[in-house]
Amino acid sequence: MNNLIKGKKSDWEIVIGLEIHAQVKSNSKLFSSSPTKFGSSPNSQVSLVDAAMPGMLPVINEYCIKQAVKTGLGLEAKINQYSVFDRKNYFYADLPQGYQISQYKNPIVGEGKVTIDFRDGSSKDIRIVRLHLEQDAGKSMHDQNPTKTYVDLNRSGVALMEIVSEPDLRSSEETALYITKIRTILMYLDTCDGNMQEGSLRADVNISVRKPGDNYGTRCEIKNLNSIKFIKQAIEYEARRQIEIIEDGGTIEQNTLLFNTQSGKTKPMRSKEEAHDYRYFPDPDLLPLNLENNFIEKIRREIPLLPDQRKVKYINELKLSNYDSSVLIAEKEVSDYFDSVFEIHEELKDSSKLVANWITSELFSILKKNEINILQSPISSDYLGQLILLIKTNKISGKIAKDVFEEMFINKKSPKDIVEEKGLIQVTDIDEIESIIDQILETNTDKLKDYKSGKTKLLGYFIGQAMKISKGKANPKILNEILLKKLT
Amino acid sequence: MDFISIKETADKLKNKKISITELSNIFIDRINKNANLNAYIYFDEDNINHQISSLFHQESLLNGIPLAIKDLFCTKNMPTTAASKILKNFKPTYESFVTQKLLNEGSIFLGKTNCDEFAMGSANTTSYFGNVVNPLSTKKIPLVPGGSSGGSAAAVAAGLCLGATGTDTGGSIRQPASFCGIVGIKPTYGLCSRWGIVAFASSLDQAGIFTNCVDDAAILMESIAGYDNKDSTSANIEIPNYYKSINNDLSGKTVGIPFEYNISGIPEEISIIWEEAIKTLEKGGVKIKKISLPHTKYALPTYYIIAPAEASSNLARYDGVKYGFRSEKNESLDEMYEMTRKEGFGKEVKRRILIGTYVLSAGYYDAYYLKAQKVRKLIANDFINSFQECDFILTPTTPSAAFPIGEKEDDPIKMYLNDIFTVPASLAGIPGISIPYGKSKEGLPLGIQILSKHFDEQTLFNVASYLERNNE
Repeated sequence: MNNLIKGKKSDWEIVIGLEIHAQVKSNSKLFSSSPTKFGSSPNSQVSLVDAAMPGMLPVINEYCIKQAVKTGLGLEAKINQYSVFDRKNYFYADLPQGYQISQYKNPIVGEGKVTIDFRDGSSKDIRIVRLHLEQDAGKSMHDQNPTKTYVDLNRSGVALMEIVSEPDLRSSEETALYITKIRTILMYLDTCDGNMQEGSLRADVNISVRKPGDNYGTRCEIKNLNSIKFIKQAIEYEARRQIEIIEDGGTIEQNTLLFNTQSGKTKPMRSKEEAHDYRYFPDPDLLPLNLENNFIEKIRREIPLLPDQRKVKYINELKLSNYDSSVLIAEKEVSDYFDSVFEIHEELKDSSKLVANWITSELFSILKKNEINILQSPISSDYLGQLILLIKTNKISGKIAKDVFEEMFINKKSPKDIVEEKGLIQVTDIDEIESIIDQILETNTDKLKDYKSGKTKLLGYFIGQAMKISKGKANPKILNEILLKKLT
Repeated sequence: MDFISIKETADKLKNKKISITELSNIFIDRINKNANLNAYIYFDEDNINHQISSLFHQESLLNGIPLAIKDLFCTKNMPTTAASKILKNFKPTYESFVTQKLLNEGSIFLGKTNCDEFAMGSANTTSYFGNVVNPLSTKKIPLVPGGSSGGSAAAVAAGLCLGATGTDTGGSIRQPASFCGIVGIKPTYGLCSRWGIVAFASSLDQAGIFTNCVDDAAILMESIAGYDNKDSTSANIEIPNYYKSINNDLSGKTVGIPFEYNISGIPEEISIIWEEAIKTLEKGGVKIKKISLPHTKYALPTYYIIAPAEASSNLARYDGVKYGFRSEKNESLDEMYEMTRKEGFGKEVKRRILIGTYVLSAGYYDAYYLKAQKVRKLIANDFINSFQECDFILTPTTPSAAFPIGEKEDDPIKMYLNDIFTVPASLAGIPGISIPYGKSKEGLPLGIQILSKHFDEQTLFNVASYLERNNE
């Protein structure tokens, strides 16, 4: 795929690497038993350890370790049986210990990869360098008082997974696909809730530009982006900025940047002289982590089918197209819903395309219109399956099915009940259909004459009339057959 | 003097020769009369009386026994300062694991004892609350009690409590015990929980005990040892009944005498008591084995890299944001940090934060911190190898007797040399005990140090008890 962008003088390639910070889905923090619920009142979820009171000590939360290992396995990465927690030392008001406990030289997860899929059916592997566990900081609130800054430590000590990629990404689109894919995988694994708005998933973007074939240029890091839209905007802006500087004869200064979502511009976070020396060293309060093989293998067995595997299954077993499969797997809940249709109604397996269409068109649009997600859908996968079965067995037409579907959404009734109550069962009785046809041909002798003289387009008119009389319930296939027979 | 031993006092309490209140009043009186020693940072009679009135009787030797707590242990009902201005008014809402264990057995806390600021010092001269005076000082020349647990050592030696807790990072229990002529034990790293103890150097800090005799040390040690799941470095092992298991029969045992501890320049009197102690052991049927701990000479520099490195990070939390002292000069966040720490920390603490920050800095980490960690491993291996040949090791505790207050203050290196015999065991994490043994020419007490294998505190008590009984 050609990702080059045009400068004033030549074409440029953007080189992007990502550090994704994903909050571990866990009821308690990485080194304390405080709860992690989002949106609680300030400083209501803070233990003595989180507030860094004198003499307090961290104790590793085993569940967070499991989640990190699970994520590593989901990213097809090497799990390091030996890993070390280090202290990253710096001062900030919302960092109570004066250091963040992180993993530096020996992360819990090593090299892995993630595949991103393009619309044209092609794909690309993005290499993962590592995944490590670390504590989140608290939150400084500058807008509560004109002269003071308040600190909320609820988030202090919450477990994060930092997932670092190689600089394998070449455009804002690829970056968006990559972060979406990571988010999907984490949500399949249930190791992160993926909620970007609440900051459960955010990214630092490392970006440089170069002429194709050249060595990597000097990179800048854009910190703390928490929406895919902003990530794309920030990359576009920053790439342009760097190209302009270089083309004007300047050089790029390695820098840490912030993206202003209002202006759409990046600006330096701190100058070079203030660059931190984090003085990493192994945290003496924590012993190195030694994971046993059994521990890892047990987690491996708990890993569900991941999006790529489900996609292969859809393509091979259900004969769905690559595109349909991609749409279905993008959200775990959708894929689960789709799967459960077949778990309940196995006989629909040869109608997978029909099921996929009903979900991605009818269900998606009605959910979107009502601003709810698939888990909140009033139409269960069972009922949707029943509805599709009614179509498949010619009990109702596709058109009537759409009306029934809307009725199901409002009343939460089963499609059978609705069809019976309203008498919507399709007419498949040949005699009945024949009598309807006879009726319309008798009342339309002129048109019948016209048809026989060559105006065959009138077939549609006859069908329409017959449908009208049957109130849409006539089986279109049978109707068509009999009508054609009678017209010849 | 009566009432200097826990065992004897516990018997008197049990036999109703004295009540807990009467006993406490004796100690309150002694503390008031010895206020000049400056052994206590916090001492409040009402607090003591309140403890007695709310005491539930415990079936323990320690029920009603008055103890002193080094002001590095967080205590719920008494302030905790770490002898620093930066924690001057700090009142913890929690009780350290070790002191809670003592409270569970019904002991009474007389107060919080003075120490070097954040336990950084060897003379108890760095405390924000002033230096402690060694009770053995003559009027003319006040002597240091040693450090950092100088207040605890002085309080025990002067009879201002029956026992005291201390912490030992590089010698902070054993050295002041030696200077004050009492028993001081630093157990194996991991034997006592560090939870609730203000941290100095996490990989070295260990709680321990001061008493006037070995039996008492065994009694208290047994009480404060034990596993704590809130401390990841705490050892989950069975704690023996040290006191009841004390066995003075050392025949057949082997003592290791490390060649490298014959350092040049130490006073002859130190060598003499060392020799005498060896002879005494020999008389008890102990085999003498000359051993080598070849990396001993690197112990002090190694210690003075690792301990400050950890301290520089451990003390980062004292920033004026959450608790403790905050400078008036706080127009900006940076100014608040700088001024709070400038005004809140003393000179020695700042020196060690600077050293620690330096050795962890980019470009210096490998040459200092990483190398020091490697050497530490070698030092630990020296001990492990030696314990293949001997059951315990005997050394002097300090290179001199207590020195006058003010001496060595202008030369930190000289001050650091005080720890030369105690630091190697700290780096190796093995237990050590110092007991008074012999006197200097000036008549000041000297100490002898016994070291043993990891978690073999029982051997320390056995040997110390033997030497205590056979000390001429």
